[in-house]
Amino acid sequence: MREPLIFEKSREDRRGYSLPECDVGRKGVEKLIPGNYLRQGRLGLPQVSEPDVVRHFVRLSQQNIGIDTNFYPLGSCTMKYNPKVNEDIAQLPGFTRIHPYQPEVSVQGTLQLLHQMEILLCELSGMDRVSLQPAAGAHGELTSLMMIKAYYENKKEERDTILIPDSAHGTNAASSNFCGFRIIEIKSNESGVIDLDDLKDKMSQKVAALMLTIPNTLGLFEPGILQIARIVHNKEGFLYLDGANLNALLGIVRPSDLGIDIMHFNLHKTFSTPHGGGGPGSGPVGVKRTLAAYLPVPTVEKNSKGYYLDYNRARSIGKVRSFYGNIGVIIRAYCYLRSLGKEGLKKISYNAVLNANYLMQRLKNYFYLPYDQPCMHEFVLSGKDGEMKEVRTLDIAKRLLDFGFHPPTIYFPLIVKEALMIEPTETECKETLDAFASAMIEIRKEIEENPSAVKEAPHNLSIGRLDEVKASRQLKLRW
Amino acid sequence: MYPKSLKYSQSHEWVKVDKDIATVGITDFATKQLTDLVYVELPSLEGRVSKGSSFGAVESVKAVSDLCSPVSGKIIKVNEKLSMQPEIINQDPYGEGWMIKVKIEDQTELDTLMDSEEYEELVKKEK
Amino acid sequence: MIPYIPNTEEDQKEMLKEIGAESIEALFCAIPQNLRLKTDLNLPSSLSEMELVNELKGLSKKNAHLDEYVSFLGAGSYDHFIPALLDHLSGRSEFYTSYTPYQAEASQGMLQATYEYQSLICQLFQMDICNASLYDGATALAEAVILAHKVNHGKEVLVVKSVHPESRQVLTTYIKKTLGLSIMEIDCQNGVTDLAQLKEKISNDTSCVIVQNPNFFGCLEEVKKIEEITHQSGSLYIVSVDPISLGLLVPPGEYNADMAVGEGQALGSKLNFGGPYLGIFTSKKKFLRKIPGRIVGETIDKEGKRGFVLTLQTREQHIRRERATSNICTNQALNALRAVIYLSTLGEKGLPKVAELCLQKSHYAARRIYQIPGFEPTFTSPFFKEFAVKCPIPPNKINKLLWDNKILGGFELSRLYPQLQNSLLFCVTEKRTRGDIDRLIRLLEGMV
Repeated sequence: MREPLIFEKSREDRRGYSLPECDVGRKGVEKLIPGNYLRQGRLGLPQVSEPDVVRHFVRLSQQNIGIDTNFYPLGSCTMKYNPKVNEDIAQLPGFTRIHPYQPEVSVQGTLQLLHQMEILLCELSGMDRVSLQPAAGAHGELTSLMMIKAYYENKKEERDTILIPDSAHGTNAASSNFCGFRIIEIKSNESGVIDLDDLKDKMSQKVAALMLTIPNTLGLFEPGILQIARIVHNKEGFLYLDGANLNALLGIVRPSDLGIDIMHFNLHKTFSTPHGGGGPGSGPVGVKRTLAAYLPVPTVEKNSKGYYLDYNRARSIGKVRSFYGNIGVIIRAYCYLRSLGKEGLKKISYNAVLNANYLMQRLKNYFYLPYDQPCMHEFVLSGKDGEMKEVRTLDIAKRLLDFGFHPPTIYFPLIVKEALMIEPTETECKETLDAFASAMIEIRKEIEENPSAVKEAPHNLSIGRLDEVKASRQLKLRW
Repeated sequence: MYPKSLKYSQSHEWVKVDKDIATVGITDFATKQLTDLVYVELPSLEGRVSKGSSFGAVESVKAVSDLCSPVSGKIIKVNEKLSMQPEIINQDPYGEGWMIKVKIEDQTELDTLMDSEEYEELVKKEK
Repeated sequence: MIPYIPNTEEDQKEMLKEIGAESIEALFCAIPQNLRLKTDLNLPSSLSEMELVNELKGLSKKNAHLDEYVSFLGAGSYDHFIPALLDHLSGRSEFYTSYTPYQAEASQGMLQATYEYQSLICQLFQMDICNASLYDGATALAEAVILAHKVNHGKEVLVVKSVHPESRQVLTTYIKKTLGLSIMEIDCQNGVTDLAQLKEKISNDTSCVIVQNPNFFGCLEEVKKIEEITHQSGSLYIVSVDPISLGLLVPPGEYNADMAVGEGQALGSKLNFGGPYLGIFTSKKKFLRKIPGRIVGETIDKEGKRGFVLTLQTREQHIRRERATSNICTNQALNALRAVIYLSTLGEKGLPKVAELCLQKSHYAARRIYQIPGFEPTFTSPFFKEFAVKCPIPPNKINKLLWDNKILGGFELSRLYPQLQNSLLFCVTEKRTRGDIDRLIRLLEGMV
């Protein structure tokens, strides 16, 4: 059964709200606001009862899969379990029912939490300061690039170029361009990591930064990281870390020890905050001392009287969003870090890497593995090895839905044809990994024996394969 | 399998030359790589194109590809029908799916283009 | 032991055996030994669930929250009523533990809800198209300005000083650092745009004119007159609105706004100390291929059943990379979901009722305050739910006294507008009762 649109459930005079009568002397609206400011006619919003609203959205939720319902090995997205206690804590009225302009003395609890969160992120990354304001990873990238730009402007150096590996997330390039930089791509070598010669050729005094993802999007650690850092630092550029894949490194390596000068974290990936069906996320930015003066305002500081917001920062790039950040997300991530503690951090990366290698081992004889070496927290298979009978990666993804699994990330990274990027995370048990491997192997057999079953999938959901071409050709973007 | 009467560019455009007028489109191979096209962005009539530079783009659901002009010159005709029905490019890439007509400025530019056999070699390598 | 990691020692052994590795440590062979941490990080020890709850409850109690204090503070973050069903429905973990709906067939719930969000916002704003959300109202405004520049390449942006100061600050950071455009600010007269100054400053170089309605001072702008001036010079018209106000006020589509944005927090998101909130972005249809962010479209499956997918993705960073219309990836989907549920619940008749309650109560409060000797309106322009009051005693003293009586007072305008030294900006939403307002009045009366 497909659920109708909420508009289609509307009936005149039904209502889902309960509001009090006006308890102050009511005046005619036109007496308070001149008529030409007032809206005429209907709003065109639905009229539905409270049970209608509830059933509608509960039914919609049933047509959506999340980590709580299914294995969700979406590469580069770190879809790990989102602890329930963190949800409850984030909903305490002391956290949700506070106004951003309340007196600082009345919000010391949240300010203290933000201050401590900065200290925790500094400790595990080796950065000197962290701003918690950016709302998402890409927002963190943009904030960082603005800081880098301000730094060179202040030094009166003209640096207009950002280096980005060909395996990078699209956001790296988009953020750089957004910030007015020119982009030069660095090639990956046959082992899937940075081609050092290509980097040497392209690194110059015009380059403001190299943006690296470690491990990279193939799930591989950059073995030449120290040389990379030296090449970039010798020309006085910055080494930027896209922290999307930090789940492999927690407690094992500190980004600062790799030569990283500036980075963003994805609290909605590594630090287990729920992704909300697309957001909100949180993308804090960490920097070494050189760049600390450029952090957005306000920072959270502490003095003898307590915690306070500091706007008095002369070289700051300014504000990058209203107020102070996606606080509700930061609270959840803080809870997660405190639950893990120093003992737990390393277990995260150990088990994330173990699970990924195990799954890779189970699958590599059935699907083409372009970079056959131990992986970190994720690995990339290719749906292209010449004998797939015109079955494409997209088809494999859709067929996986029939087996009750959310598909991996597909068609990314771009340097692998027909890519399937698989990240199981540490919160999945061996039985789940085995079941997923069996499904993939089963699909591999189907490709040999009955490819149309794969090409026409999914078969077992409330909806069949959706026509994205039609959606793009005959755009219908609202009711 | 690629029409002998046409010339081809490295970036998968074809050119049909009729005296000093070049008709430009993209090859069947290009449309198959891109899959179903859903949007095409073409230049305005008054404009001019130069060899190797972008004159527009075609889009499928999941990819965008620049259109690179194989010749330089003034644009004298644009296939307006494509903006409403980009699927024509998939259906008939060498016929109804043509994109622009250009008044050729420099005939020697044509010499650098491939013939159908050379193009077939290129496609084999890219497959 | 961490309950979120299922692998036992036995599991680990079996898995390592399958992999053919001696230890988990061995899987990290790509990381040179000298780069690895030699000791544990200097972090606190792990906490059990009970310990965590106790510690965080302790922190939350160091905040004074608005179940205990009565708020007359707004200034961009509003204490509106949130029906109980919102937490229950947006708290369905099928929604909140899902990722961006890349696999449409597995994400129909979120996709349909987002399509409904787009539809409801288009309806409310009377605009052609709406995206799936941006980070907040301020960044939505910045994205609109960037789009305007892409469309007309104008070098100058005119923004009225009555636009939220935080939005103007974000705008400055965004467009100075990215596009190098110049921003000219237009003064206000009596709390609204100085039209004469706008006419004077607008030119062929003006890319766009930005106003907020109701503006930061709560006043209603002459949006139609501003529209005429803006479009006469060939500039684009960008308006930032409070979505609740649209229950009563003329929507931006009706006064020909090219882009209309807004802070959507008031539509069912909590105060949250400033975030997560909801960036609403709408525009005219002609800008469709240039707008930022995700968009959901309707389509059918192979049997002709209606379904929903992410569409027009070629605008986005994961496909177009450096030529994408914006760098945004993760947005504020869950807040958009809350907005759909809120708007569905309130609906055709509820939203105007909320808006009218705000209007009546704020005007009642204003009338009563102005009866107290020494208090007078800072501005006399019409207002919606916020109003500025010139006070006979320093606003910080007033707020201190109110706070001691469990009332969160108004916003001290001098914090961001030095010339408005003695003014407090009060906000009265539908949640304030006559009793709350009368108590505020008595306290103010007692101060003079």
